[in-house]
Amino acid sequence: MIFLSSPHMHGGNNIQLTMFSVIIALIPAAMVSVFLYGWLAVFILTTCIGVSLATEYFVLKWQGKDTQRVWDGSAGLTGLLLALVLPAAVPWWMAVFAAVFAIVLGKQLYGGLGHNPFNPALAARVVLLISFPVQMTSWIVPMHMDASLDMYSFTTSLKFFFLGPDAVQQTWDAITMASPLGYLKTELGQGVTVTEALVNYHYSTLHAFIGREAGSLGEGSALALLMGGIWLMARHTISWHIPISYLLTMAVLAGLFNLINPDVYAPPMFHLLAGGLILCAFFMATDPVSSPSSGIGKIVFGIGCGVLTWVIRTFGNYPEGAMFAVVLMNMATPLIDYYVRPRVYGHKRGKQS
Amino acid sequence: MFDLWEKIKQTLPMGTSAGFTGGVVHSNQHKRTAGQAIIACPLPELLIHPVKQHIGDPCEPMVEVGERVLKGQMIAKAQGYISVPVHASTSGTVEKIEEHTIPHPSGLGLTSIFIKPDGLDEVDESLHPLPNYRSVDAAELRERIRNAGIAGLGGAVFPTFVKLVKDQKNPIETVILNGIECEPWLTCDHQLMLEKAHEIISGMDIILHLVGAEKGIIAIEDNKPDAVEMMQKTLQEMGLNEHVQVQVLPTRYPQGGEKQLIQALTGKEVPAGQLPMHIGVLSTNVGTSKAIYDAVCLGEPLTERVITVSGDAAAKPSNMLVRLGTSMHFLLEQCGVSSFEDIKVMHGGPMMGELLSQDDVPVVKGSNGILAMQKRSIMRAHFDEEPCIRCGDCGDVCPAGLMPNLLASHCKENQFERAEDYNLFDCIECGACSYVCPAHIPLVHYFRYGKGQVAQIQREKAFAEESRIRSEKRDARLAKELAEKEEKRRIAREKKEARAKALAEKEAAEKAVVDKDSAEQASAEQTDKPEVKADDKPAEDKA
Amino acid sequence: MAFVYPVLVFAGLAFAIGVGLALASRYFHVEGDPLADKVDALLPQTQCGQCGYPGCRPYANAVAGHEVAVNHCVPGGERTMLAIADIMGVEPQAIEEEATAPVVAHIREDECIGCTLCIKACPVDCIIGAPKQYHTIISDHCTGCTLCLEPCPVDCIDMVETPELLEHWSWPVPGTKRAIKAEKRKGKHDAQGELSV
Repeated sequence: MIFLSSPHMHGGNNIQLTMFSVIIALIPAAMVSVFLYGWLAVFILTTCIGVSLATEYFVLKWQGKDTQRVWDGSAGLTGLLLALVLPAAVPWWMAVFAAVFAIVLGKQLYGGLGHNPFNPALAARVVLLISFPVQMTSWIVPMHMDASLDMYSFTTSLKFFFLGPDAVQQTWDAITMASPLGYLKTELGQGVTVTEALVNYHYSTLHAFIGREAGSLGEGSALALLMGGIWLMARHTISWHIPISYLLTMAVLAGLFNLINPDVYAPPMFHLLAGGLILCAFFMATDPVSSPSSGIGKIVFGIGCGVLTWVIRTFGNYPEGAMFAVVLMNMATPLIDYYVRPRVYGHKRGKQS
Repeated sequence: MFDLWEKIKQTLPMGTSAGFTGGVVHSNQHKRTAGQAIIACPLPELLIHPVKQHIGDPCEPMVEVGERVLKGQMIAKAQGYISVPVHASTSGTVEKIEEHTIPHPSGLGLTSIFIKPDGLDEVDESLHPLPNYRSVDAAELRERIRNAGIAGLGGAVFPTFVKLVKDQKNPIETVILNGIECEPWLTCDHQLMLEKAHEIISGMDIILHLVGAEKGIIAIEDNKPDAVEMMQKTLQEMGLNEHVQVQVLPTRYPQGGEKQLIQALTGKEVPAGQLPMHIGVLSTNVGTSKAIYDAVCLGEPLTERVITVSGDAAAKPSNMLVRLGTSMHFLLEQCGVSSFEDIKVMHGGPMMGELLSQDDVPVVKGSNGILAMQKRSIMRAHFDEEPCIRCGDCGDVCPAGLMPNLLASHCKENQFERAEDYNLFDCIECGACSYVCPAHIPLVHYFRYGKGQVAQIQREKAFAEESRIRSEKRDARLAKELAEKEEKRRIAREKKEARAKALAEKEAAEKAVVDKDSAEQASAEQTDKPEVKADDKPAEDKA
Repeated sequence: MAFVYPVLVFAGLAFAIGVGLALASRYFHVEGDPLADKVDALLPQTQCGQCGYPGCRPYANAVAGHEVAVNHCVPGGERTMLAIADIMGVEPQAIEEEATAPVVAHIREDECIGCTLCIKACPVDCIIGAPKQYHTIISDHCTGCTLCLEPCPVDCIDMVETPELLEHWSWPVPGTKRAIKAEKRKGKHDAQGELSV
């Protein structure tokens, strides 16, 4: 006899719905990437998503699990997120490697959905960044910046994606440029003040917000990401705790140090809009599997991400710290879940029964 | 955007206005019986009264098979303190007293008294009406409420008289009347408030008088505006609107839970391991309040209650006044359920109620709803479990502030100590976590499993400890017996030796019969004997 | 003379630690064999002797002395075995015999001849009776050890299953596919005798 416990009613939410909501929320950002990098973006997106799904299918089949699980949306979401954190300059094999790594080593090796300690897409991205630092920090000039550049047509993009810059008679220098964060880091290293460096870069807050700066595919437009992120928060697919605490910590830290010495420390608005911060805050750090599950734990997680991101950006070797910060905080998640618990009804805080 | 702000506000601790923590919002679409007048259920052919219909100790039958009983006659008397008696709900003869399935998820049975109605419905009038309750002694009122068999009719069935104490140490300041009814489908309290407002408020007045409280609150959710209006009007008519006020709360499940309601109304939390009376609050269901009125002012014990009979398989859902002991089968037939093939019968609401394995179980004091559900709609709720994605939605809706996902995984892995560390026993089993879980994990089921296992381990430990003590005592007793035996043997041996010695000496003495020291020898023999006796005294003490 | 300071520092350290250890051994000294006590506390105290020892305490002593494996307690079942393996710090081992449903002994009183042999055999003193009188078993105290069956000359003692009490009923593991699969895997794992905690 099977005993069924109450409740005998369900709210109707399911994993597929959750995953597809996030995918839908990322569509504006994906569209911006196509607008910025043309066919290149399309190739990277399709490669990552396709390889992720195929890998997931084969791993599930090999493990003897239900292969229908491919369509639960998690593998597709991993592929999409991965594509959005890759620069447009990555060759095909790197995209394939990253997607396979994300699914096999980032997720399935730990037991599949729900068991991975890191966000699979971010783990793959970190491995690529460490293994191939040159390709991973070369940013293709966005389409609208240099219309004369013959890079974005279907055939050229295809050749570039599969055969590299030599096949399209280009050099890395001609087709790439520095991202705002990378440029600032280099200039600051040479003793230039923040204000001067930003002026030299022709940096504009508005451009950074609506999405015209060089960077990874999905980092382009803060606006597109915010649209998706706020929609997800309104739907309660992601909770507000992580994005808000993350961004707030970042703003407070950057603002504080900018007040102390505006020549060395970049202003908060720059930090908030630069690099992958918004993408990480709304879509990476909020990955439910690798972040704490209680509200208060999420706030601690967000604050930790914020502090680490700012520290890595300001004092670290890498210009961008958001990805590292999230991966590091992912590692702290079990600890946070153990020590930071919500207060139980009828108990005093900090005192377990 | 505004919706988002509301959600942020809910999750932030913002004082008393925030209501209780967590919770989910159900739509009103399942309240099919809302606004339907209460109809009386016809007399069934057999009434079954289990001897335990409350939380606490079971009662003892006090009628014989074949005896004629009257409506309202006590047929099983309370045993122990936390216990209330059972009454016959119509006149008739006791057919048999044997075990019968009770509405419990286990499908196990309990001793029940079967009454065959004679159709006369003759009332036992041993309980006199006391309309002037304000002049009656509190202890007498309390005893009467106990003897009327009243237990919490909201579903928890805790004997009501236990709460009605005027304690000097914990004076009750606020009496809360619970008209929340937050379970989907159920409308019996709502309808009761519309039809019996006067009785409910009189019942509340009795409680106020009994515990000496000044302030009363009637809590109603904002999806029942007509009940709010009715209550306010009646309060005004009765002139009680100075002490008692109606408080309208936003609709949210599980607001009807005692602890949650207290938090939503007063902002105070009932400390763990304590009762609401420790923070000066008493809360009762509106149905209980009406039953108190019936018992005190009309002299009628608890023999019938209002039940919502509904569900998606019931053609004619209705709010019914049902005699306790009526078979659910009979009840559902009255509401247009003809075939029990593809339906499951649910006892209580869908969030906390239980599915019954059999449907001929009787209605008891705690039955607030009987729902006939299509099997497929039940299966839709019990979709197969998927891996937890740790989204934390369960924690967001938990009114107790637990982390259900971690708790469930500990229960699943049989790590009950860790589960207890995560406050397993603070779970109120409201079901909000399972309701929102995107992975369809039966979280509440895991908690119930864990709680049951912990209780079993504790029982086994206690039994093992008792057995160990018994075994040790037995070993000690055996050792003592052995030692005593040894001791006896030793004494016997010594005596034998002493005798042998004496004999030898005697023989020697006889040989020297003419010796003139013979008198001296005899005296030495006499002093030997007491020496032996002195020897075995301490040995006995040792044993 | 640079070597003097390190020598002094380490000598001082050694002295301090030595004193600390000496004090600790004096003030935190534990009487008796705490390990055997701990093992004994985990055992179900049925005193059934199925482990090959005359009772729970002797088995606990043997386990604490590493004389015998941790998997000999049949009534304790897997939970007890795992708990003992945990405090003994050894690998868990599968239990060979299946634990049966809880039973208690029951004397068919009309057949009892009043020989008192079962009374002597009962390890928890839960059989009452006098010579030439019917004996009876206090089932609330019976551990179901079956030790009274053997000495009975007329075989009038039965082991009866304890009835399921309503207040002792507890929810079983959920019947979802995942839960069932996990149970099966666990069973398979146990059968291989490679349980790991």
